[in-house]
Amino acid sequence: MKAQLFETLRSAEPVKELEVSIKRAVEKFGRLVRIMEFCGGHTHTIVKHGIDQLLEGYVKFVHGPGCPVCVLPMSRVDLAVELARKDDVILCTYGDVLRVPGSNRKSLLDLRAEGKDIRMLYSCLDAIKIALENPDKKVIFFAIGFETTTPQTAVLILKARDFGLKNLFVVSNHVITPAAIQHILNAPELRDYGRVQIDAFIGPGHVSTIIGTKPYEYFAEEFQKPVVISGFEPLDVMQAVYMIVKQLLERRACVENQYVRFVAREGNRKAQRLTAEVFELRKEFEWRGLGKIPYSALKINSKYADFDAEKHFEVQLPPPKEHPACICGKVIRGVAEPTDCKLFGNPCNPSNPLGSCMVSSEGACNAYYKYRRLS
Amino acid sequence: MCLSVPSKVVEVREDNTAVVEAFGVKRVVSLDLLQEEVSVGDWVLVHVGFAIQKLQEEYALESLRLFEELLEEEDESSAL
Ligand code: SF4
Repeated sequence: MKAQLFETLRSAEPVKELEVSIKRAVEKFGRLVRIMEFCGGHTHTIVKHGIDQLLEGYVKFVHGPGCPVCVLPMSRVDLAVELARKDDVILCTYGDVLRVPGSNRKSLLDLRAEGKDIRMLYSCLDAIKIALENPDKKVIFFAIGFETTTPQTAVLILKARDFGLKNLFVVSNHVITPAAIQHILNAPELRDYGRVQIDAFIGPGHVSTIIGTKPYEYFAEEFQKPVVISGFEPLDVMQAVYMIVKQLLERRACVENQYVRFVAREGNRKAQRLTAEVFELRKEFEWRGLGKIPYSALKINSKYADFDAEKHFEVQLPPPKEHPACICGKVIRGVAEPTDCKLFGNPCNPSNPLGSCMVSSEGACNAYYKYRRLS
Repeated sequence: MCLSVPSKVVEVREDNTAVVEAFGVKRVVSLDLLQEEVSVGDWVLVHVGFAIQKLQEEYALESLRLFEELLEEEDESSAL
């Protein structure tokens, strides 16, 4: 029964039917509808299944900054590289981070080729085993991600404390979704110049399993933009688009939840509790492309300071050097498309990423390269 | 890395972990973030080695039903 459910979600038939309904509704609305999908997972679904092409002329998708690897600023990549250079350090992180180029195009992968001990983790809890097996080394987990990976890092730190580990540290780069959405809505590009008009948002699905749908209620209300939380199958996204256009037609702006199979209004309270136990808000944090955003990221709180790599290690970094022709920043802000970049495809591609947006499958450049190169 | 995968629970272990299966691949995941109990046959959403949410099956089926109704409603209104 459940397997069948997922099959239905991936089938093409209902997508066709929805296409007709969406187009009819947009015609009634009277103009092109601009929707920002915040989350890179949605960008991937939209580009892979050609939903943007299917709805061309009716719905314009503006790709949002919801890709943790893409928004990691170069200064943080440089920090990871600098920490990994230390002789007594084993640096652990999630896979995609390894390939993000830092200043002078140096990535963790390059450093690993030079013989530094850098490990790719599937679960951050694997860092505990590594720390136990290497008592003479300092194991650093370079943590990145939105609310979907933060509680895991909290569990790691709590377990490290329970194990009494003295050689495990965490660099927190965890960022917060609502802060970024608010920043986008407040951006002068949107408010004053009308350059990237956004009529509505497709809200992140997996982030919302943790934080729930409540945090978006403020945006819908304050900025009068519909927000529909969506799943990641093509049918999910089509249904979310339909729900958005319906709201626009009926002059409503509220938070609706298409992804009820995994998202509850309150979210995952246990995960929220664990996050709150270990982390506190940073005054500000830099996002690639978006600049410094107030209260948009988390740091380890003083109770768990012993595990905070930023407190334990002294690192002096020169100012970061961006690749002069990479326009990731603009792609992340939604004001340029990947294909506007001179480097797109050649020389920048997934096996030789020159910017962060080409690295992970949630990055817009990566999705365009995989699914749009021939067209 | 942000991809969460709906996976089926095939074994629940003593140490608050479970073996789950998705696309024919089996993995051990932590249940530390789950609010509810899970048992063999349940579906969970897995994210970087942790089950983060249990599938709300009634809601899932409900949403499919709603979706079908919605399409029917559309058809009727467009027939007018
Ligand atoms: S194509 Fe490459 S260089 Fe150009 S914006 Fe995208 S990631 Fe940056």
